[in-house]
Amino acid sequence: MDRIISAIAVVVAVPLVLVGYILVVEFIIGRLPKRVAGGIRPWLWLAPALLFLGVFLVYPTIATIFRSFYNQSGKNLIGLDNYAWFFGQDSTLLALRNNVLWVVFLTGFVVGLGLLIAVLVDRVKYEGVVKSIVFLPMAISFVAAGVIWRLVYDIQPTVGTLNAGITATGASPYPFISTAPWNNFALIFVGVWMLTGFAMVILSAGLKGVSVELLEAARVDGANELQVFRRIVLPLLAPTIAVVATTIVIYALKTFDVVYVMTNGNFDTEVIANRMYKELFNNGQQGRSAAIAVVLLIAIIPVMVVNVRRFRQQEAVR
Amino acid sequence: MTQAQAPVLVGAQVQQKRGARRRGPSAPLHIALIAIMVIWAIPAIGLLVASFRTAAATNASGWWTAIAPPYEFTFANYDYVLNRAGFWNSFLNSFVITIPATVLVVMIAAFAAYAFAWMEFPLRNFLFVVVVGLLVVPLQVTLIPVLTLLRDVNLFGNKINGTILAVWLAHTGYGLPFAVYLLRNYFGSLPREVFESASIDGAGPATAFFRLALPMSVPAIASLVIFQFLWVWNDLLVSLVYLGPVPQNHPLSVTLANLTTNFGGNWQFVTAAAFVSMIVPIIVFFSLQRYFVRGITGGAVKG
Repeated sequence: MDRIISAIAVVVAVPLVLVGYILVVEFIIGRLPKRVAGGIRPWLWLAPALLFLGVFLVYPTIATIFRSFYNQSGKNLIGLDNYAWFFGQDSTLLALRNNVLWVVFLTGFVVGLGLLIAVLVDRVKYEGVVKSIVFLPMAISFVAAGVIWRLVYDIQPTVGTLNAGITATGASPYPFISTAPWNNFALIFVGVWMLTGFAMVILSAGLKGVSVELLEAARVDGANELQVFRRIVLPLLAPTIAVVATTIVIYALKTFDVVYVMTNGNFDTEVIANRMYKELFNNGQQGRSAAIAVVLLIAIIPVMVVNVRRFRQQEAVR
Repeated sequence: MTQAQAPVLVGAQVQQKRGARRRGPSAPLHIALIAIMVIWAIPAIGLLVASFRTAAATNASGWWTAIAPPYEFTFANYDYVLNRAGFWNSFLNSFVITIPATVLVVMIAAFAAYAFAWMEFPLRNFLFVVVVGLLVVPLQVTLIPVLTLLRDVNLFGNKINGTILAVWLAHTGYGLPFAVYLLRNYFGSLPREVFESASIDGAGPATAFFRLALPMSVPAIASLVIFQFLWVWNDLLVSLVYLGPVPQNHPLSVTLANLTTNFGGNWQFVTAAAFVSMIVPIIVFFSLQRYFVRGITGGAVKG
């Protein structure tokens, strides 16, 4: 009960404190000479955000990079040994391979299916219904999605929806969760189910932005639907597709919840993020865990560069 | 080009243009779309149906047999998970964690976004590029130092390691890059004249922020609130790591994950528990779908 009271206190007090902070800042700045005020004001408005970003993102990222060069206890510098360990183990390399599978297939399926659905629903009257159904999984947690799909994949034909269908045709049930390497695709499809709605919504909005006159002109000139799509719609949508694809690549690299809930990395479905968690909490290997996190960060840096470059281009257009 | 043509496109012609977009509905198209809807809906329907079945029925047959008579549904599974498996407590914890974490992020981000959008200062562009870069930093990279930090820090003599306060603060830090990015882009797109004339009329930045920028940005703030709410509500990793093993403070995601890993065979309970964790996001989703979609398509994409 006291938790609820403190939460209510926080919900009321935090806005009061923060609004009070800005009002006090402005009151004090208002007494200062204008030139000085203009110099300090932005920093005081930014201060709370910079504090949080510094403490929870910037400092820890740098500290983790340093930590990855130290041993388990954190006392001795051991150079690249943690990385040598990571790239010298079959089990960690397997996790790396699985993340590659996630990146390629999650991104491919989500973008492909999202685009297909966006194009198809554009032509029917019940567009809203289809979109809502495909989009809904986006709102729930990966943990709940994991439960939903364990019910689908279960080996018992009296439980698993898919195996009920398979046994109804006379075949024997298929162990979706425990058959390596195909079980990775079973897990990836859970991600596809979750994220396709996201891709569909963005691509559909992009599609609505394509001028109808342009499409009509192409059709009048004798282009068929496939040509219209490939030669006009696809090039116009390319920047939007790139945005969606980079987002999904990040999801794929960071994949944790689905694997943690559905297999916990057993049956050769391990991924980097889950392995990092295990090294940290099950094996107490902070140095190795930090090295795994840095590998993840390095894998994400190209996406970061692409994002920053795209942002700069948008700003230049502004 | 639409500027010149717009007045010509009236009445029937507009109808014709709209029809042009909806070209070629045919049987394969409808079959494909219905197949997609079925594939997307069936797993969730299965969960919902299974959560209302008795233990005996669950052990004897699949959930699909329950949609034909005789109908034997029960609320016993919900009674069990809420009252005896700790889900009612976790349900409250999820709110206790999510609401303050959302309020904190939105307010702190709004101040920073306003400074980025409407104030001049050195390093402005550099700092904002850093924010854009931080958008994709995997939070796994931050776990070890933040854990150490929380372990070492005391607040008025109280440990904050393993408390809900730690989770509020962590979620605020992790949510900020996206929040600042989204709000700064929206604030920046507001008309400059409004702020200039307010300034001429003698309004200070605080007045302009609270009386102009915030009210004009309600759609963006609504999107942000929904995103942050759902993100924190659905999060597993942050709570799992910073709350530690004591179940008293666990939100739904952690309790559900523990239930599934320890209690896998009892499908009637696991499915009911999963649905309890989904009910709030689903309500939020259906009631605020418009803002949700607008937030996503606003070019603001979280990594």
